Amino acid sequence: MITLLLILTPLVAGLIAFSLKQGSSAKTFALLASVATLAIALVAVFTPGTIGYDAAWLNSLGSRISLKADGMGKMLSLLTAVSFPIIFTAVYNNEYKNASSFYALMLLSQAGLMGVFLASDALLFYFFWELALIPVYFLCSIWGGEKRIAVTFKFFVYTFIGSLIMLIGLLFMYLNTADQSFSLESFYAVKLTAKQELVMFWLFFIAFAIKMPIFPFHTWQPDAYEQSPTATTMVMSGIMVKMGVFAVIRWLLPMFPNAAAQSANLVIILSIIGMIYASLIAIRQDDIKRMIAYSSIAHIGLMSAAMFTNNQTAMDGVMIQMFSHGVNVIGLWIIADLIEKQLGTRNMSELGGLAQKAPVMAILLVIMALANVALPLTNAFIGEFLMFNGLFQYNMIMAAIAGISIILAAVYTLNMVQKVIYGELNATTEKATEIPFNIQFTLVIIVVLILVFGLYPQPLLNLTGDSVSALFVKK
Amino acid sequence: MNAIIFSAILGVVMMFTGIFTNKKPVITLTAIIALVVLLTANLMNSYGIFSIQIDTKELLHFNKIGLFFNSLIIGATLIFVLLSGSEIEKLGNKTADYYALIFFVLCGTAILTSYNGMLMLFLGIEILSIPLYILTGSDKHNLKSNEASLKYFLMGSFTTGIMLMGIALLYGATGTFGMASVGTGALPPSSGVQGPAFLQVAGLLLLFAAMCFKVSAAPFHFWTPDVYDGAPSVFTSFMATIVKAAGFFAFIKLFSANANLLGPTWNILLSFVIVATLLAGNITAVFQRSIKRMLAYSSIAQAGFMLFALYSNNDLGTEGILLYTVAYCLATIGFFAILMKVKDYTFDGFNGLASTQPVLAFVATICLLSLAGIPLTAGFFAKYYMLASVVKAGGPLWMVIVAVLFAAVSAYYYFKVIQAMYFKEGQPETSEITGGFKFGLVLVAAGILLVGVLPSIVLNWFYF
Repeated sequence: MITLLLILTPLVAGLIAFSLKQGSSAKTFALLASVATLAIALVAVFTPGTIGYDAAWLNSLGSRISLKADGMGKMLSLLTAVSFPIIFTAVYNNEYKNASSFYALMLLSQAGLMGVFLASDALLFYFFWELALIPVYFLCSIWGGEKRIAVTFKFFVYTFIGSLIMLIGLLFMYLNTADQSFSLESFYAVKLTAKQELVMFWLFFIAFAIKMPIFPFHTWQPDAYEQSPTATTMVMSGIMVKMGVFAVIRWLLPMFPNAAAQSANLVIILSIIGMIYASLIAIRQDDIKRMIAYSSIAHIGLMSAAMFTNNQTAMDGVMIQMFSHGVNVIGLWIIADLIEKQLGTRNMSELGGLAQKAPVMAILLVIMALANVALPLTNAFIGEFLMFNGLFQYNMIMAAIAGISIILAAVYTLNMVQKVIYGELNATTEKATEIPFNIQFTLVIIVVLILVFGLYPQPLLNLTGDSVSALFVKK
Repeated sequence: MNAIIFSAILGVVMMFTGIFTNKKPVITLTAIIALVVLLTANLMNSYGIFSIQIDTKELLHFNKIGLFFNSLIIGATLIFVLLSGSEIEKLGNKTADYYALIFFVLCGTAILTSYNGMLMLFLGIEILSIPLYILTGSDKHNLKSNEASLKYFLMGSFTTGIMLMGIALLYGATGTFGMASVGTGALPPSSGVQGPAFLQVAGLLLLFAAMCFKVSAAPFHFWTPDVYDGAPSVFTSFMATIVKAAGFFAFIKLFSANANLLGPTWNILLSFVIVATLLAGNITAVFQRSIKRMLAYSSIAQAGFMLFALYSNNDLGTEGILLYTVAYCLATIGFFAILMKVKDYTFDGFNGLASTQPVLAFVATICLLSLAGIPLTAGFFAKYYMLASVVKAGGPLWMVIVAVLFAAVSAYYYFKVIQAMYFKEGQPETSEITGGFKFGLVLVAAGILLVGVLPSIVLNWFYF
């Protein structure tokens, strides 16, 4: 029941929000709804064991409304539930035309995301997978930047093709289940020949790889992040990319363990190429948003490489990093949005000296930047350390090459910090002021999360431990 | 039998309505009542409450699926008249005649859902087609409409000739017009012919070509864009949905019994037609400037998907074609109803519709999402069943992959309309829109979403 509420609350709230009058009522309503969802998510997290919900849906097809929250599901619904109040608080001062539709679509996308993380029925999973996409498509196309229509459409076509290819895979698996059912267990139990398994693996993997995104499927991402309204970018990079990572762990690896092992080398090499390539491009970026976008590709690349090492430690790292990266990147977007709103530019070359004008922001930004570099004491360190550990055990040379990305991350992140908050004030940055209270509040929450989980990650590890061990017991 | 008899009688009744009254809304109202009567009669037949019994010497055979399909077709026509009746009224002074012709088309579809022999198939196709030639040309003072009508008539008659030729060859080979005997090959053993005779294969191929023409499958689709574009929009909507669905039903019925005669050639032939149809429809639709023409090509593309039911020839395929009919008819009729309210049929003509007419834009979006096959809409399950039936029948995976890639292409041109409505600025001119019309549209959208979440509603009704 709790799991059902996690989806229904944002869904119903979203539908109600459409009918609200324009003005501030919509944003207050959305904020309250997201806080309510957070409360439910906290209840779910503190309920021990796997919780679930099951009801009849399409009997003739063998598909049920079946939800299941194990450790990983709980962790990601918590991430989703934490992110939305933060996002809504951070953009509280922004004025959107048609505000009620904007917040309604945001809430609907939250419902879709929750559904993806909780569904344990393949057809239901596919439904939510699309439900998360459609609102984001409208959000970006209506409220985005000037090139929004073409860019968002590219994003949409990419992911839609991916979904359709996955649909073929779903159909094939479904028709091969023993009991003609879409349930997760039946899908796990399907026996395929080695060749079939390999074909199915790639059908699913391409869909997930586009979503993450992994090199060479990433080309939609920087443009989409740059052009979307920042609130949506936060959803996309903080949570939506985790859909791909999550789907690999929940669906792909248990369904096709042999094909995954067989293709691991190729996937890891692609991921590492993506990491290095994205890091190098990030160094050359002048636009803060684009820099964060590329840095995000690099981080996801590491997660995707670690997932395929077939190593329990690395998988623990992926779990922690999914949460950490989600929180950290939202923090960075908030700062980027703030700078753009205040100063009208996102180009680092035009900024400088903000530490003098906004010392609080400077301190918070430095901490988040250090987390982006994965320095010890920040939450990202734990995740990256565990993932590199697993990668090292898998293949030393690959780990060494991937390790370069840590150095590159330091280069582009610290370069950004230096250009934005240190140096001399110039004509543009003269008019900067200290950040407003609501944004200080959200950033402080993020920084607290960074430090707490950086010092004591055990609760997260305990939470997702059952999912990880289940994955490895199966094999 | 009820549907055939009632539709013929009601067609005549509609013709006489024109004598007694000139008030067009009255005529439309009569037509709506007549459709309700027809639907009731057909439903009574399907539930076995009341049916007229005539010994047709097994020329017609009524079964559950055929009767159910009749109900779908009549229901779709009812929705069509409710939404677009006012547009029919705008086409000259012959409103009653147009409705009469629609009823004759329904008579043809009722024969096509129950035929049990080549003769009745031929009669059904002709009763269906001839009123359509007239309806296409009903905008008398419009040159494009005349051209479309003539083109349709000439090409349609030519195809009828091919079809008759095919039937004649089959008759020559088997000595009967019956369906079953065609399928089993009734040649006497003394003839010494092993397997299907040459005449039989040739006859079936000719029939195949003729049926491909009727459902606008490539490479026999060239008439479709011109006719759909030239015909008055209101009748394009009718032709593209109701008539096409009936054609598919007849097509599938014919070849599910006889395809085995062609052996493995059949699958090769059909895969070629499917891929060609998807290719021709989707790729050409991408380049259209007029939304009406885009819809004409997209209807070819949708036909490609419907052909999967013919390929798979199993239960899932049958359920799929029923669901596809519902999904496709609802979405297309709904979208055409909106299109007719907008003055400018180009993509730019839709710019900014969301701000001036939010309800219309919303319903149009739902219809387009359904046509593109996005989950939560009826169109998703329609496509889903089609793909599932082919995978289940052991069809080649490459064909399924090609199909979904083309589905992605179709999203491109459907979304172009959504982009115009929501993301671009403009002041589209629309004709007057009544509250009742909006209400009807919202019901259509609700229907699409309902079937999209619970497709079992339609299927349970079928398996009552």
